Order: sequence, then structure tokens, then C-alpha cells
Amino acid sequence: MATLELRIDEDVATSPVARTRRLGLLFWMAVGWMIFVFVAAALANVLPLPSPTDMDMLERRGPASMAHWLGTDGLGRDELARLIYGARISLTVGLCGPVIGLTIGGALGMLAGYFRGRFESVVVGSMDVLLAFPPLILALAVTAYLGQSVLNLTCILGVLGIPAFMRVARAATLTLARREFVIAAQALGATHARILLRELLPNVLLPLLAFFLLGVAVTIVVEGALSFLGLGVPPPISSWGSMIGEGRESLEVAPQLAFIPAIALFLTVLSFNLVGDTLQALTNPRQSAL
Amino acid sequence: MNEPVLLSVEDASVELPTPRGNLRAVDHVDLAVGAGRTLGVVGESGCGKTMLSRAILQLLPKKAKLSGRVMFDGQDLARLDPERLRKLRGRSLAVVFQDPMTSLNPVLTIGTQLIETLQEHLELDSLAAKKRSAELLAAVGIPAPEQRLTQYPHQLSGGMRQRVAIAIALSCEPKLLIADEPTTALDVTIQAQILDLLAREQRRRHMAMILITHDLGVVAGRTDEVAVMYAGRVVERAPTPELFKRMRMPYTEALLAAIPKIDAAPHTPLPAISGRPPDPTRPLQGCSFSPRCRYAAGRCFQEKPPLAAAESPGHQYACFHPIGIMAGAGT
Repeated sequence: MATLELRIDEDVATSPVARTRRLGLLFWMAVGWMIFVFVAAALANVLPLPSPTDMDMLERRGPASMAHWLGTDGLGRDELARLIYGARISLTVGLCGPVIGLTIGGALGMLAGYFRGRFESVVVGSMDVLLAFPPLILALAVTAYLGQSVLNLTCILGVLGIPAFMRVARAATLTLARREFVIAAQALGATHARILLRELLPNVLLPLLAFFLLGVAVTIVVEGALSFLGLGVPPPISSWGSMIGEGRESLEVAPQLAFIPAIALFLTVLSFNLVGDTLQALTNPRQSAL
Repeated sequence: MNEPVLLSVEDASVELPTPRGNLRAVDHVDLAVGAGRTLGVVGESGCGKTMLSRAILQLLPKKAKLSGRVMFDGQDLARLDPERLRKLRGRSLAVVFQDPMTSLNPVLTIGTQLIETLQEHLELDSLAAKKRSAELLAAVGIPAPEQRLTQYPHQLSGGMRQRVAIAIALSCEPKLLIADEPTTALDVTIQAQILDLLAREQRRRHMAMILITHDLGVVAGRTDEVAVMYAGRVVERAPTPELFKRMRMPYTEALLAAIPKIDAAPHTPLPAISGRPPDPTRPLQGCSFSPRCRYAAGRCFQEKPPLAAAESPGHQYACFHPIGIMAGAGT
């Protein structure tokens, strides 16, 4: 009987494990669009684009032409160049903001879920305070006080994201810390730091990363909303939100000025949401199955 | 018991605060294990077996209160500072849990979990740790160990996972291994293999072992001494052959009778122990087994029987109407 078991196991061990999962065409289209936007934004300086700030007053709201592929805006600036340079701002803010939230919120949530007690009450309480603050008013107050800059904008949006990340991390840690493998690690003499970093973090990271992608989508939208309201990046720097805002003035004459950045924003946010949802769906059943 | 005592639990009690009052999960337990010996702890669900093992490892829930002493190798674990205790765990004390589905980290490979434990305690470099991990997996009967190292727990069967858990527990050559129902979550055909593996590794490493189980059949051939627990107390304690030959406590007898017999005639009713264990938040005045005991009489409901020595050496029981003696007195 023992030999029989050994043989079966050898077969299993040598056969390659099927790793591929069906992710669907939509997922790969979303990933494709994300890569396209990232590459364009990263290579904006290298690409043969006209300057996004050079104005050509003779060619205001120009249609698409060989010189200006997507036409020009109300001040005669190249729309495509502004779109690509705007992607830089939108993506920088959209990625860095959630990174702040992920790091600080994730760390706080894991510590709160692992150590419990008074520390947890303090963390959860202060996050509730932060959540109760109207986010737009906070952003308004901070930009009015500290001035408009990409850094300030990123920091505000990052701080606003902390409570959500904290909750996700804490909820995941709470259930995981009760699992036997954590007690087993303790029984093996692991330190708190080791348990948090090696046992819990890899488990918590999966839901956190899936949530991160959704956070990116939300942050890009919020950045757009703030820029639309004139609270985002200062002109003449372009961001998708501010481009939509500027295009609003000439909506009847040249609707493309508002719609082109809006479509870019829509597609990018949709892509992040699709990828985030797919990853979340992948991580959730896996967690419960194990 | 000519071996020196490695672990002795002296008058240990564990109290857990609950909304309905304090729950006494472990009630004045005394136990001892010699180096290289095996102690079986038997009892039904909720009798405090697991709490006892957690108390030995000092891994009780935060709110639990432990009183008494847990002497291991001349040190009281209950009063050891956390840093020294941490060094002792894994190195000298190791544990195998009931459910290998949850006792391994699902997102780390088997190799990572083994290698990091080795590096942590034995300060091996990564190459040596990897080599030793493969040796350990081979020692616990896992074929193709090098390939297994790169696999995740969910790619292994339950029996394989328990073997990995045992390999991790054995990795630092502990002096005492606590096996907390190591076979309960496994297939019956795998159970014997795992128990044999534990016994073999124990002999080879001259390691002491506490085998916690609810199955008297499991301890029968594999332990030197057995302690039967009921409602947090040790109610009978004896060398294994002695226990099965001359059990005194009616609870032990009832436990043994509740094991299905393969040679019994078909449709023979399986004798179950009627009733339920007492509510641990409301301790009974008398013997805690008295409501379910068929021998219970007047005195059993009034006082708690002390754990007293029997006539044969090493045998203790807590009963006013021990089985063999009562019959003997009658004739």
C-alpha cells in the first residue's frame, strides 16, 4: 500500500502544474490599454510631439491635421501632446496617492488587526474621524492653505485613501491571525515582526493589491474632479480633469476638447476597474479554498 | 520512569473569561513527561486537551489566565521572559496541529516555510538550509522532496501536508513534540502512517512526545503513559498497559466501550456515554462525571474525588467507586 501511494505521488510531483487561468478577452484589452497609456506617458519627452504649452493663437480649436493629430485647444495648444502630458499627471497622482494609502493604511490595518487592544481602538477611531470629514472640503482647505501642486494633490488624495486601505488590511488580518498557521509560527518561535511580514503580509497583500487597482481608478476620477473645479494642478500643466474643465467653455463650438480627455479618463478608469475586479475575483475564492 | 523528567506540569489551571462567567478549561492538572517518553492525553471534545497543550507552549489566548507551574528542562515556562521563551519554541518545543489544511501558510511554498524556520533557529546559510529541508521531507516520507519544496500547500494532499507540518516541527530537533490530534483531520488509512512516522522519528531523535487525542485506540500501542481528561481535570493516569488492563475510572471504561469493535455482531448497539459534559462555567459540586456515571452514588454528588494513587505504581485515579476494586470488595 505504501509503494502504491509513493508511485501516485511521484506522478503528481513530476507532472507540470496548470497555472494558466482563463482571464477573458476584456481583461487583456484592459491590460493592453493600461500598457499603452503608461508607455505613452513615460515616453512623452522622447515622442515627436509638439510642446503641450506652446500656444498658436492663429490655429485655435483647430481640427485634426497632420501637424496636430487631435487638433488644438482653445489656446491653440496641441491636444494630443496635452493629453499625453496630462496622462503623466493623472497617472502620477492616481498611482502615488493610493501607494500612500496602501502603505500607511495597510501597515496600520495589519498592526491593528494583529495586536488588537487599545491600539486598534485608537486606529479605528481616528480613521472614522477621517472618514467623517467631507473629502472635497478637506482637499479644498489643504490646497487653499498649502497651494496647488502635484505633490500636495497626491498627498491629500493619499491621506484620504488611508481609511479604506486600513479597513481592508485589518479585516483580512483579523481573520488570518486566528488561523492555525499563525499559531504554528508562534509555536516555532517566530517574532511578531516575522509573523507580520512573512506569515500575514503575503496573505493580506492579495486583497490589498486588488483594492489598490480600484483605488487608482477612484483617485484618477477624484483628481479629474478636483482639476475640473480648478483645484488640481496649476496651469499651464495639463491634466485630464483640467482639460475637460477648459473644454467645457467651448462645448458648443468644439465638443471634442472636452470629450477626448473624458474618453481617455473613462477608458483608463474602466481598465483599472476591470483588472482590479478580475484580480479580486481570483484572490477571493482562492483564499476560501485554502 | 527512570528517565529524567523533561516537562512537568504542576497544578496548572487555565481560566478563560466568558460573558457567562469564568470558564475553567484546565483544572489543577499535574502531568510529567520523561525525556524520550510518550504521554497520551485522552478525552472528549472540550475537555481541555488543547488548552492544556497551549498552556504548555504559553500560547494561550490573551485573556486566559494560567496558574501553576510548567517546568521544562528546569525552567518555569509560565514565568520565562518572552524573548527566551521564543528561542525555546521551535528549538526545544515543537507542535503539530490537528488540521494540516490550516496549519501551513497558504501563500508560501513548502520550501520557504521550512527553509526560513531552519535559518531562523539554526543559523544555516540558504544552501545548507535547502539541502536540509529536502532531507527532512525525505525523512517524513515525501517522495521527490526537491520538487515538493517549490510547491504550495494546496498542491499537496492532507496526509502530505501533515507530513510537511511534522517535518517543520522536527526541523530543529526539538526535545519535546506536542502532537495535538495529529490524525483527526486525516483519512483513516493515512492515520496509521502518520502515527507510525511520529513514533519512528521520536525513537530516532530520542524526543519526548505528548500525543493528544480523543481516541483511546490511538494511544493504546504508541504511548508509555496515558492521562485521561474529563472536564478540565485528569481523572485517571497510568502506564499504558496498566490502564488497559486495570482501568479504575468509570469514564475511561465508558470511553473504551464507545470504540466500535470490528468483531462485534452486526447491529450491536454502540454503547455511547449518555448526557453531555458539564458546563465548564458552572462547576459541579461533586465529581464532574457523576451525572453521566452509572456507578455514581450519594457521595459522588457531594465531593470531588481527589486524584489518588492506586495500588500499582504510577497509577492514579479520581473516583470513589473505582471499577475493579468495587467488584473485588463485593466478593
